[in-house]
Formats: sequence, C-alpha cells, structure tokens
Amino acid sequence: MEELLNELKEKFSSVIIEIQEKDYPTLICKRSGFLDLMKYLKEEKGFKYLIDLCGVDYLDYKYKNFEERFEVVYHLYNLDTKILLRLKVRIPEKDCWQYSVTPLWETANWFERECYDMFGINFKGHPNLKRILMPDDWEGHPLRKDYPVYLEEEQEWKTYKELKEKVKQQS
Amino acid sequence: MGIEKETIEIAPGIRQIPGTPVVLSPIDKIINWARAGSMWPVTFGLACCAIEMMATGASHFDLDRYGIIFRATPRQADVLIVAGTVTKKMAPIVRRVYDQMPEPKYVIAMGSCACSGGIFKTYSVAQGADEFLPVDIYIPGCPPRPEALLFGLLNLQQKIKSEAKKWGFWR
Amino acid sequence: MATYLEINKKQVNEEKWEEPFYLNMGPQHPSTHGVLRLFLELEGETIVNCTPIIGYLHRGVEKLAETLNYNQTIVLSDRLDYIASAANNTAFALAFEKLMGLEVPRRAKLLRTIVCEMARICNHLLWLATHALDIGAMTVFLYCFRDREWLLNIYEKICGARLTHTYVRVGGVRQDFTQEIIDELYKFTEEFPSRIYDYETLIDVNRIWLKRTKGVAVVPAEDAINLGLTGPVLRGSGVPYDVRKFRPYDAYGEVEFIVPTGKNGDTYDRYRVRMEELRQSNRIIRQCLDKLPETQGEPVVAENAPDLLMPEKIRKPEPKPVPKKGVIFKGEEIPVVPPGEAFASIESPKGELAVYVVSDGSNKPWRLRVRTPSFVHISAIPYMAKNHLIADLIAIIGTLDIVLGDSDR
Repeated sequence: MEELLNELKEKFSSVIIEIQEKDYPTLICKRSGFLDLMKYLKEEKGFKYLIDLCGVDYLDYKYKNFEERFEVVYHLYNLDTKILLRLKVRIPEKDCWQYSVTPLWETANWFERECYDMFGINFKGHPNLKRILMPDDWEGHPLRKDYPVYLEEEQEWKTYKELKEKVKQQS
Repeated sequence: MGIEKETIEIAPGIRQIPGTPVVLSPIDKIINWARAGSMWPVTFGLACCAIEMMATGASHFDLDRYGIIFRATPRQADVLIVAGTVTKKMAPIVRRVYDQMPEPKYVIAMGSCACSGGIFKTYSVAQGADEFLPVDIYIPGCPPRPEALLFGLLNLQQKIKSEAKKWGFWR
Repeated sequence: MATYLEINKKQVNEEKWEEPFYLNMGPQHPSTHGVLRLFLELEGETIVNCTPIIGYLHRGVEKLAETLNYNQTIVLSDRLDYIASAANNTAFALAFEKLMGLEVPRRAKLLRTIVCEMARICNHLLWLATHALDIGAMTVFLYCFRDREWLLNIYEKICGARLTHTYVRVGGVRQDFTQEIIDELYKFTEEFPSRIYDYETLIDVNRIWLKRTKGVAVVPAEDAINLGLTGPVLRGSGVPYDVRKFRPYDAYGEVEFIVPTGKNGDTYDRYRVRMEELRQSNRIIRQCLDKLPETQGEPVVAENAPDLLMPEKIRKPEPKPVPKKGVIFKGEEIPVVPPGEAFASIESPKGELAVYVVSDGSNKPWRLRVRTPSFVHISAIPYMAKNHLIADLIAIIGTLDIVLGDSDR
C-alpha cells in the first residue's frame, strides 16, 4: 500500500495534488493528465474493477478548503492485492467537464451518464452522453444543491402537466 | 309470493328455479354478479408493492379462489392494480395502459405511494395515482399486506355488485 | 446509431419500414421484472442491438436523503432493493457507523448477519421463482413462494414487517431476538436443505431448462470484471470475488462458508452458483445461531449510538465549575456527526452494494451515493444480448436478477 502510493506520487507528481489518509487512501488529482494516471493504474497496477463513480456538489459546504464546486469521486479496486483506492477530481462550475474513463472501464459508461444527468458535468470522450434516469426533455440537474427537492406547480415537467390537464378535461 | 316459494336465491337478488337452468333476476344484478366473480387484473408491477401482489397471487394467499387471474395484457383485463410508486416519467405510460383497457374498468391504488406519493415527496414522483387516474379503491400501507390487497379486492367486488343504472337500460 | 426517438418517428412517417426491425419491449411487460424498457434492433429473431432505457422508477432517493437525518435515511434504503431490504439497511448503517466511529456490539453483528442471510435466501427464492416462471416452469414459482412465506413470517416476528424491515439501525439493531424466533429459525435451517433439493429435482436436469440456460449469455471473466458485474453473475464466470471474504464486515469474519464459482459463465452456471449460495446462507445462519448463546445478555445497540431522533444541534456541555450566577453559559456548537466521508460496501444478494456518504457536521448527510448492483447489471444487457434470440432476452433479464427500484433509486 505504502509502496504504491509513494510510487504514484513520484511518477505522477504533476497530477496528484495531495494524498489523504482517510478510511481508504484518497488521491486528489488535477484534471490534466488524469487519464494517464487512470490508464497506468488499470494496465500496470491491476486496478481492473471500478466500483463506483459519482459526483458530489460542494456548494456552500462548511468545511471546504478548495474553490471548485464539484468533485467527481472514483473508487478503484484491485482484486489481487485487495487495495481500494479513492480518487477525486475537482471541477469548477464554469468549466464543467471531465475526461471520460469509459474507454478503460465499460462500467463507467452508465455511471458517467448518471453523473451528467444529476450534476450536469460533461464527460469528454463519452460515446453516448445523454440523460439516463430523467426524461430527455427534463430541465435542470436534480442533485445540484440549488435544485429544489419538491417541484412547485410552475416548475412542473411539461409532459406531466399536459397529462394532468388532459385527464381533467376528459373527466 | 309465488316466485319466492318455487325458487332458490343463489346470490342476492338472483333466483334459480330448482332443477332447471333458469335464473330469474334483474339484468344489471346478474351481470354485476358475474363480473364481480371474475375480475381480471393486469400484471403491472411498478415497485415494492408488486412483490406483495405476486405473493398474493402465489401459493399462500391464492387469488384464484376469488376468480381473480392475472392477465399480462391490458386488452383482456378489467382491473388495473397500480402497485407502487408512480413517477412522472412513468405516469403517461400508466395512463396509456389504462386507456387500452376495455370498459368497464376499475383502478386500485395499492400502497401509500400510489395513494398519495407516500414518503417520496420529491421532484420525480407523482403525488398519488389519482392525479391522472380515476381510482376506485385505495389500499394504504407500505407495502400493504396481502390480506389488505384481498380486502381491497373484495371491497371492489361489493362496489361492482352495488352498481346500478349502468346495465339493464336498453340504450 | 440513431436514437430510439428518431427511429420511432421515422417508422411512423415513412411508408416503408426500413430493415432491420425495431421492437419496443416494456415498460409494461410481465417479464422485465418491473419497469425496464428495452429498445431492440432485430434481424429476424436475432438481436442486433439492444438499448435499455431506465429511470421509470427514479424516485430521487439520493436527493431526499439530504433532507432526512441519518436514521431516517435507513427507511429509504428499504425501498431500494425491496426484495432484500435487510441487506440495504446494513450497507447504509455500516457507512454511517464508519463515519461516526461506532463499534457495534458482537451480538448485534451476529443478528445482522442472520438477517442479511435470510434476506439472501428470500431474494434467491424470489429470483428462482420468477426466473423459472419466465422460462416456463410454473411449479417452481409456487414452491418457492411457499418457503419464502415462511421466512417472511419469521421476519414479521422479528420486526413486524414483511418486506420493509428497517430492523438494522445505526449502531446495531432495533431489538433482540426472542427465544421463539431462535427456535423457529433452527427449525427452518434444519428443514430448508431438503427444500433446496426439491427445487433441484424439479429443474436441475429438466431438458427444457437446460436448453434455455446452457450456453446462453456467456460472459468471460475478463469482460465480466470490465463490465463491473458483481455477485453471483461475476462468480458464475469463475471470479471468486465476494465482499464477505475480501473485506469482511459484521460477523462474516468468524463464520465458515464457501464462495461457489462457476466455470463457463453461462446462465446455467449462474443458476448453480445461486443454488449453492442458498445452502451456504443456510449454513451461515446455523453457525450464527450457535454463537448467539455466547453473547446472551449483551446490548444490541452501541453505547454511543445516536438517538433515533437525531438532534439538529449539539452544544458543548457546561464547564464543570459552574460560572457565576446570572451568567448564561451558551456552549459552542459542535458537529452532531464528525464531518468527513466514508465508504462501505456489502455483498448484497444481487452483487456489490456500496454506499458513499459525505457529512458536513449536521445531522443530515451532505451527499449520499448508493452504488447499486442492478444499475450496473442492466448496463451489461446490450453486451450479453448481442446475437441472441428474443426469447433468450427473457432468460438474460432473469439471470441478472435485477430490481428496478435498486437500479433507478
């Protein structure tokens, strides 16, 4: 574990900003050069299994010590050495994109689509980036902190509004 | 009265002349009686309640003894059991399934989510199936026990039996 | 590839239908196990391309969890994978315990393990019932539901609910087992192996079953890992990855069990793996029951576990030499839950269920991410369904053991 982290720190000193010791070792990375790190981890270090990929919105987070609004969190697992790694990439709101890791892990395909659906983070290089859970013509990205939990009458989804009106007329 | 002496009441308001295949009854009573005895719900599992719906149909609770058989297509069904959370994305499809069913048709809202939205007061959940469907029976519970569903279905039978002026008047 | 909407429009507008043939399956379909929609591109009866469309049961659980406190979110977890809700409860509780730094008493760990394995048996029974029903064996359905009902009755004695238990809470479990439940479970574990044998005699060497399952949807081990498949689906391909062995949680470290694996990675192997898992689960329950008397009388909730109604704010207690009279001491606010993040994953009956939680010090999670196995498994359908017949698609959906509440959240 220690060896791996030291090696990564040496080899990718321009990519890795910080290594934190939490419940699992956490690497905080820059966006540029991130794909090289992932490729190295998968092909050389045997992290063949991507457990999870998710976004987090840190708008007005109390204990924040960075500027960017979003974070994309990756959990990687090595099935042979049983090491779990957490990688984080911070993404500013104005320049909201991240490299896609779908060419490396097929799993990432839907995770990235979900992340795009929920947070509006664009993944460059994704083969089919469109909404997955919400309907195609939905407005807004629900898991952002400035999105309401419950939609009032005016913000209602168009199709559903039409359906309700149609039913009202029929009865 | 003569009729009462020579006939036997086989169901409320329906009398049979013993030994003959002759039944004396007002037409709406006999039609309602027949329909209440063979309600065919469409299998339309949405969420958690669908599992309880399956359990009700399976060996332990056995819906078949009430003449209730699940049909896979709405064209052959006359009861729609909305079993589970209806999301806004799903609502138009639920409505279409309902529209495809032939008249007369009934709707049972099974579970808190279908009754009122339940615990899911969020952006994507329709707050009750009655927003776009004419619901006849509400069954609360999260999920309702199979006995509760049975009770609901029996109540629907009562409702069908007490219907008047729908049949028996030649149009 | 054009999107399905464009194709739909094309088919309606143009007089002649273009080859290949497009078919829409679901969301209202008896054998898609819920509200899954599949958009198929067919050539004759062979599937050329398959696009799963999900989100018809997206309830916004992750967003809703941000407005509820930690103990209340466990109630939401019941409704994710509603067939095995005890496993979901445990995953949530484990993540929160890690975040709060709680040590769960041993008795609670044993009870959790029992409940989780019961959930696994329930899940596999329901899977076998529906999978067999889809493929055409009706009898198995009735047999499986009979035994599932037995387990649900035990669940009802434990916590009062059949499907949505919320039995596991942060820091332990709600209440101890009574002697009646333990006796009933002993009876169950003795009886159940013979029931498994019953199911096997029904379909194990059934010619139709073999034809429908052998060689269908083969996934080689490399591809299975790359696709992110977990649980019995991955083990059917011969990879012995099981979170219970790799990162033991609860009492799995102290019980003995085998992780069954398949060879060919086809539907039949996955069926065999699940049947073997039923036996192993039974064995685990038995071992845990045997260990229960050792911990008789222990508490089932950690001492410093948070209250069920978590307070919104906590202030520092008054300093011991009480300040002068007339001075109102207003303690400093301290976080209810230590700020930070935690990641916990369990082997749910369907695969790896992982929870990633970020806390901001208040009594509500800042972000709660659930990585659900069904979501990943559905994304593998296009890979598995390629060059198969439409009829095999039903077998593929069945063998993946998906639940739409789990995938859409």
